[in-house]
Amino acid sequence: MRLFERFGFFLRISRSHGIARRYFVVNGFDGAFTMLGLCTGFQVSGDVSPTVVIRACLGAAIALAMSGSTSAYLSEWAERRRWLAGLEEAMVSDLSASSHGSAARLVPVFIAAVNGLAPLSISVVIIGPLWLARAGLPLPLAPLPMAIATAFVCIFGLGIFLGRIGGTFWLWSGLRTVLIAMATVALILLVEA
Amino acid sequence: MIAVKRLVLDVLKPHAPNPLEFSKALAEQGGYRVRLTVVEMDEKTETLQVVIEGDDVDFARIQATLADLGASLHSIDEVEVVGEPEPAA
Repeated sequence: MRLFERFGFFLRISRSHGIARRYFVVNGFDGAFTMLGLCTGFQVSGDVSPTVVIRACLGAAIALAMSGSTSAYLSEWAERRRWLAGLEEAMVSDLSASSHGSAARLVPVFIAAVNGLAPLSISVVIIGPLWLARAGLPLPLAPLPMAIATAFVCIFGLGIFLGRIGGTFWLWSGLRTVLIAMATVALILLVEA
Repeated sequence: MIAVKRLVLDVLKPHAPNPLEFSKALAEQGGYRVRLTVVEMDEKTETLQVVIEGDDVDFARIQATLADLGASLHSIDEVEVVGEPEPAA
């Protein structure tokens, strides 16, 4: 069995597709909203150098990635051990050498990677305009408003993804998450005022 | 030369992988014909009757595949073997 097929098999027998998908969305939102909040706060603060914004946002993104990956690994490892132990009790045999044993060891690593990479990758995309501005590339908007707009696009994209999972109309699902983002920005502006 | 033509096995397995995926995994070990019947089911396991037919069923390979799939072989209920003459040198 090829590597991807084998790993897909592990996800199937441990019924972990849904968990990985859920973690991707939850932590993707964490990353997107954290970046949105930081960029909005910097925008309201006035003239801030893109380098300061990039460093602050990157620091937050790395912290989110570390938090997400370690917490997911520890919790999933415990859950998979419990699952395997229950199965071994029912089968009255040691399954450590079977695919179920391999799944119990490897699936937590995969889920931890998803949980960590989701906020990191989305954060990197959102602060992309700041990097481009620092590199001297022209942008249609100023760097921070461009990053904020990118955050809204990412959040809209996550909403569409949720809509496809839930079988609802993609546009309403996307718009719903954008409304949440707008409420977040409004709250930040209200507090900062 | 002895060729194993047919095996009927009593197997206990977890619910995952499902019977279709399970029987495909056994069949692809040697191009075998596999017939699987779920005899009993409880909360976490299924008891199966697995019939494997082929020109020469490799039992060791079947056992290894069962172990890999998390299954336990409870018993060999039927065997059909054929003694075939050695091919002339």
